Amino acid sequence: MPKTTILVGLDGTEQGDKVLEFAKTRLGQIDDCLLLICYVIEWSPFAFQTAEENEKRHARREEELRVAQERIIDPAVSQVAAEGYTVKGIVQHGHAAEVLEAIANEYGASQIVIGRHSARSVREHVFGSVSVRLAASSPVPVTIIP
Amino acid sequence: MSFFRRAARTTLLAAALAPICAAAARAQEAADAAEAAPGIDQMVNDVFTSSTGWFVSLIFSNVPGTNFPWIVGWLVVAAVVFTVYFRGIQLWGFGHAIRLVKGDYSNPKDSGEVSHFQALATALSGTVGLGNIAGVAVAVGIGGPGATFWMILAGVLGMATKFTECTLGVKYRNEYPDGTVSGGPMYYMRKGFAERGISGGSIMAIVFCIFTLGGSIGGGNMFQANQAHAQLVNVTGGADSFLDGRGWITGLILAAVVFLVIVGGIKSIAQVTEKVVPFMGVLYVATALIIILINYQQIGWAIGQIFAGAFTGLGVAGGIVGALIQGFRRAAFSNEAGVGSAAIAHSAVRTKEPTTEGVVALLEPFIDTVVICTMTALVIVISGALQVDPETGLYVVQDGKIATEGGVTGVELTSAAFATGLTWFPYILAVAVVLFAFSTMISWSYYGLKAWTYLVGEGKVRELVYKVAFCVFTVIGAAAQLGAVIDFSDAMIFAMAVVNIIALYLLMPIVKAEVTSYFERLRSGEIKRFKGGVQPAE
Repeated sequence: MPKTTILVGLDGTEQGDKVLEFAKTRLGQIDDCLLLICYVIEWSPFAFQTAEENEKRHARREEELRVAQERIIDPAVSQVAAEGYTVKGIVQHGHAAEVLEAIANEYGASQIVIGRHSARSVREHVFGSVSVRLAASSPVPVTIIP
Repeated sequence: MSFFRRAARTTLLAAALAPICAAAARAQEAADAAEAAPGIDQMVNDVFTSSTGWFVSLIFSNVPGTNFPWIVGWLVVAAVVFTVYFRGIQLWGFGHAIRLVKGDYSNPKDSGEVSHFQALATALSGTVGLGNIAGVAVAVGIGGPGATFWMILAGVLGMATKFTECTLGVKYRNEYPDGTVSGGPMYYMRKGFAERGISGGSIMAIVFCIFTLGGSIGGGNMFQANQAHAQLVNVTGGADSFLDGRGWITGLILAAVVFLVIVGGIKSIAQVTEKVVPFMGVLYVATALIIILINYQQIGWAIGQIFAGAFTGLGVAGGIVGALIQGFRRAAFSNEAGVGSAAIAHSAVRTKEPTTEGVVALLEPFIDTVVICTMTALVIVISGALQVDPETGLYVVQDGKIATEGGVTGVELTSAAFATGLTWFPYILAVAVVLFAFSTMISWSYYGLKAWTYLVGEGKVRELVYKVAFCVFTVIGAAAQLGAVIDFSDAMIFAMAVVNIIALYLLMPIVKAEVTSYFERLRSGEIKRFKGGVQPAE
C-alpha cells in the first residue's frame, strides 16, 4: 500500500485537465504516492423510475460505467501513467460529494483534489455544489482548483 | 436521432393512433347523428355488461347458504395463513423493512442498480390511486364507517401476503444476458413448481397471465379512465359539464398520452408523472390530516363510529358482514396483496437476497391501506357527508347505500367530503385523480405487457398489438358506466389472486427456508450493514 494516496475527482469537463495537472505537478511528486482518479455518475437511490426503467436499469448501469471508464477514466489514467506516476481509476454511481468522501475513507486518502464549479442548478443553489459540500464534510483536506 | 428515424417513429405513432382516432371520429358522428338514440356511453356499457356479466357473477358468487362472497374469504384466509406461517412478519420485520428502504444494507459498490426504495415506489405508484380515493368512498358509502376497521385489518394481514409473493418474485425471476430482468408469479409458478416436483406450474402460469391481461385492461386501465372522467365531469360542472356523457373525450386524451409513453417511448411524460405522483400522495395525506385536525373534536366520535360499525353494523345495509365484505374487498382492490402484480414490479431489484425485497414489499399495504385509505375514510366519516337520521342517530340508507348530499358516490363522495374542509380541494383532487389514474395505467400496462409477452413471446409487433389494444380499452373504460367497469375490473383482479394464492400456498415452504436463512445470517453478522449504525439485533 502506498504511503500517500491523493484522491482526484474528475467531472468529465475541461476543468478535469486543470485538476489532473495540479495533482500531478504538486502532489504526484510526493514519494510513494498513488493518484486515485475518480469519476462519479450522479445517481440517487431515491429517484422515481417506471417499471420499465427498473427492468432495464442493470443493463443501463453497465453501459454508463463502460462509457465513463472509456471516455473519462481510461484516457486520464493512461496519460498520468505514461508520465511515470502510480495511478488507479474508479467509476462509481452516487452523489459526488458522498462518494468521494467514502472513497477517501476507504483508501485512507490524505487529500482530495476537485475542480470548482459555480452553482448551475436550483438544486445546487439550495443544497450547495459538490465542492462546497465536500469542503464542509470531508474528513481530509480538500483542494479546490479554480 | 436521425431525421429518418424520427420520421419513422412519427409515422409509426400516427399509424398506430389511427384506429383510435377513427373509432373516436365514428363515435362523434354517431353521437351527432342520433340525439334521440342511446348515447355512445350507454351503448358501450350495454355491450360491456352483457359480455362480462357471467364472469363477474362467477368470481363474486356467495358461499352457498350465505351472502358472503367466497373470493373475499379466499383472500382473508390466505392473509391469515401467511401471517401465522411467518409468525407475524409484518410486525417483527417492519423495522428491518424501513432500514432496507433507507439503504442501510445496500452495498455502495452496487450503487446505480435499482434500489429497494425505487422498487417500492414503482410498485406503490401502481397501487396508490383511485382505490384509495374512490374505492374507499364506495366501501364506506355502502358498508358504513365500520368498513374502515376491516379495511385496516385486511391491510395489516395483507402485508404478509405481499411479503410472500414478492420474495418468490425475486427468487424465480429471469435474468437475461443483456442485463434485463423479468419476474412475477408466472415465473415462480413454472420454476418453483418444477423445483418442488409439482406438476401444472406452466398451465397455472398461462392462466395467471390471461387474468393479468384482463386485470391490466380492467382495473389497471378502464377503471382508472372511468374514475378520472367522473372527477373531471364533477369539477367542470357535473350534469352541466361539456364532458358529461362524453367519456370518450377524456378516454381519447388519456389514451393518447398513455400511447405516447408506452409506444412512443416519451420518457419525459412518465418521468414527470413519477415525480408528481408521490408529491400528490403526500399532498393528499397532508390535506386529509389538516381536515381531520380542523375537526379534531370529531376524531373521537369518528373512531367510535368505525369500531361500533365494525362490530354492530350501525344499522347499515348488510350489517357487520356488509361492513366486513366492503372493507376487505376495497382493501384487496387497493393494495393488491395476493394479486401478484407487486411481484412483477419488485422483481427488478438486483439483490442476492430475495427475502429483502419481500420484507420491503410488506410496507406497500401499510402505506396504501393502513395510512392512505384510512385517511380517506376518516375524512369521509368526519365530514358528515354520510347522512345521519337526527332522530335515531343511525345512517340513512337508500337503495343499499348510505344517503349523501346530492346522492354522490365513489370519487365524488371523497371530493365532497374534502370540500367540507377546504372548498378548493376538489380541483386539486381532480388533478390528483387524473395523475394517479395515469400512473396506475402506466404501471398496469407494464404488468399486462409482461403477461402478454410471456404468453406470445417477445417481439416489437407483438408488444405493439398489446399496447394499442390497451389504449383502445382506455377509451372504452372512460365511456362505460361505473357499475359495469368496477365489477369487471374487480373480477379480473380477484381472478389473478385465485391462481396466485394457490401458488403461494404450494411455494411458501421455499419462502420459509429463505427467510430463516436470511435472518440467521443477519443476526450472525454475515450480512453486513453498510450505514446507519451498528448491526442491530433483529
